[in-house]
Amino acid sequence: MDEPRVGAASAEDALVVDALRAGDEKAFLAVVQSLNPPMLRIASVYVSSRGVAEEVVQEAWLGVLKGLSRFEGRSSLRRWIFGILTNCAKSRGVREARSTPFSEMGSQDDEDEPAVDPSRFLPADHPRWPGHWSAPPTAWAEEQVLNKESLTVVEAAIARLPVNQREVITLRDVLGWSSEEVCESLAISEGNQRVLLHRARSKVRAVLEKHFAEGEAR
Amino acid sequence: MTRRVPQELTCTEMVRLVTEFLEDALPLEDRTRFEQHLVYCKGCAAYVRQMRKTVEASSGLKDTGLSAEAEDELLRAFKGFCK
Repeated sequence: MDEPRVGAASAEDALVVDALRAGDEKAFLAVVQSLNPPMLRIASVYVSSRGVAEEVVQEAWLGVLKGLSRFEGRSSLRRWIFGILTNCAKSRGVREARSTPFSEMGSQDDEDEPAVDPSRFLPADHPRWPGHWSAPPTAWAEEQVLNKESLTVVEAAIARLPVNQREVITLRDVLGWSSEEVCESLAISEGNQRVLLHRARSKVRAVLEKHFAEGEAR
Repeated sequence: MTRRVPQELTCTEMVRLVTEFLEDALPLEDRTRFEQHLVYCKGCAAYVRQMRKTVEASSGLKDTGLSAEAEDELLRAFKGFCK
């Protein structure tokens, strides 16, 4: 994955934009093919299915084409395209939510549930080890974490997160953006971003732990 | 975020502070306590490794692009715009 850029458009962006404005089909396909995978991932944060995410990405590209003559290079090309995409995906998500029964939607609450079940710790008034593990986590085998089954579990766990946590973990951990970029893109503070990331990662970890424990029990 | 870490870190606090630790956002003093705790607490050391692995797993999710048909459609739209 190439590093997304922070800040204004680069000289390379200017060349790409010139090529697109000149109708260079090869240049267009190259941009489309490199950005579509992360665009689909981001669209999926806000809408209910892969099919809808694909429609959103296509809609976003039409928006990009319409807006190309107005692109001023104040942000990088990539950031500008992701901005258009996110707007399309969010408004599609809102429309979907209106026609979806509440029970089928992911949790919207920003509830602050504990990262680890409190019963796994000794009580705060324990004479010798207050607040220490009573049921400590155990090491995961290296190879089991990254196998296909675990990745499916991770993907499903992320999909069940509240949308604001899902946004942050998707951009930071799945797509590998820097915290600076995520804060700017989502217009949130660094501290807020960290809290959301913490809740999201903690929940995904807990789901993985449960998954491995069930695997051992089998 | 300013949160006081008392002299000796407990495991419950480690769980709360782990992202700040991984994000390198703890003040030096608190970071030192955190690291000292990890030296002798196997459970917390395992927890931190699990969090790192969780991040690694998220970054390992595979992304695919649009179908060839959808790409063709975009290309047609592009040609239309450029006329």
